[in-house]
Amino acid sequence: MIAIVDYGVGNLFSLNSSFAAIGQDVLVTSDPEELKKADKIVLPGVGAFEDAAKKLKESGLMDALKTEVSNGKPLLGICLGMQLLFEKSFEYGEHEGLGFVPGQVRPISDVCPKDLKIPHMGWNALEFKEHPLFRYLHKGDCVYFVHSYYGTNCEDSVIATAEYGAPLTAAVAKGNVMGCQFHPEKSGDVGLSILRAFCEME
Amino acid sequence: MITKRIIPCLDVRDGKVVKGVNFTGLREIDSPVELAKYYSANGADELVFYDITASSDGRKIFTDILCETAKNVFIPMTVGGGINSVADFERVLNCGADKVSVNSGAIRHPELVEEAAKLYGDQCVVLSADIRRVNGQFHIFAKGGREDTGMEAIEWIKRCVGNGAGEVVVNSIDTDGVKNGFDLEMLDAVCNAVKVPVIASGGAGGIEDFITLFKTLPKVDAGLAASIFHFGEVKIKDLKERMKQEGIQTRLDGVFND
Repeated sequence: MIAIVDYGVGNLFSLNSSFAAIGQDVLVTSDPEELKKADKIVLPGVGAFEDAAKKLKESGLMDALKTEVSNGKPLLGICLGMQLLFEKSFEYGEHEGLGFVPGQVRPISDVCPKDLKIPHMGWNALEFKEHPLFRYLHKGDCVYFVHSYYGTNCEDSVIATAEYGAPLTAAVAKGNVMGCQFHPEKSGDVGLSILRAFCEME
Repeated sequence: MITKRIIPCLDVRDGKVVKGVNFTGLREIDSPVELAKYYSANGADELVFYDITASSDGRKIFTDILCETAKNVFIPMTVGGGINSVADFERVLNCGADKVSVNSGAIRHPELVEEAAKLYGDQCVVLSADIRRVNGQFHIFAKGGREDTGMEAIEWIKRCVGNGAGEVVVNSIDTDGVKNGFDLEMLDAVCNAVKVPVIASGGAGGIEDFITLFKTLPKVDAGLAASIFHFGEVKIKDLKERMKQEGIQTRLDGVFND
């Protein structure tokens, strides 16, 4: 069973449906106990980093996630859920993340040419390294992004980037912790193939 | 780089897809869920659903259709029509919509854009602007293009973007249904006024109209059309192959499946 962490940040209808579409049972839960029982965990999220981190902490889910990850359970963060994996975010101040992946979250505007629109929104091609998550991917495959902040100083963990005037971190992995900045649940067959690969991981 | 998006638009009334020519004379086409699945499998980058139902019964049918679509289609969905309040945003977002488009609702309740942007983020709020030339000026029209608000369009768009609209659909009533190309002059004026993504709508008659659009106005992010896709006059696959030939960034996965 895969647990999708529900901590009141964003709507989970599409994510839930995308797992159903690949025949994977999921449990959407806000109960730390359920995370213990799950084989794998998905951490979604849209919105502001500070608010999301606060909700994770207050609900006891942050501690539960830390315990499960240290026990070796696979975790996939999506969009803001990926950004929360880092040590710190500089979105409106300075906020602590889960610290599973070394690095920080900073505004895209720090690295992108000024004439490019923010957020980085739409379909962009992945430049990806070999990783079990990408076992079904082909060169040039595109995925759907919507974000104004990105992961940086995380070179050792980057497994995919997307070109937007600068190579933006598109996916990271460190041991059993993985994250994608894009939305696999909105990236058509390519996105579903990434979710399938996550489900199939040992 | 971000690819130029090709977006089929589905106008839905009483559970069926319809397409108006110059906003009147509605014709029935197909099941929205089936059409959405077809487009998703054949290269559409995003879908727009407009609810053109007036009754509350119709609204319920529309919401059900939306949920059914989101269970089967995994590309971004923008939903518009009858969005007058934050509660309407909530209703369609709960069915898997990614973005919500406001038009008359924003004209009637100018605070709606700002309220929604604060709650759901700028990226979620799409301003849909129906624009027609009146005495040489761009005017914003309300009620499906039937009523001249008298408001100057560029100022209105700038104001809404300032309040948090994260994307603008420019629907030229002057070119809509005419199939003689997008309204380049109007689109250029909007692109020069705002920094958020701009979607061109109204006037596409064939593949070359999209090529001209993206070549002439590189700042335009997406092209939207309805009938030419619904009636198979333009296949998205052919359109995207042509875009690639012309060096226009386009997403080709899903295009060569069949």
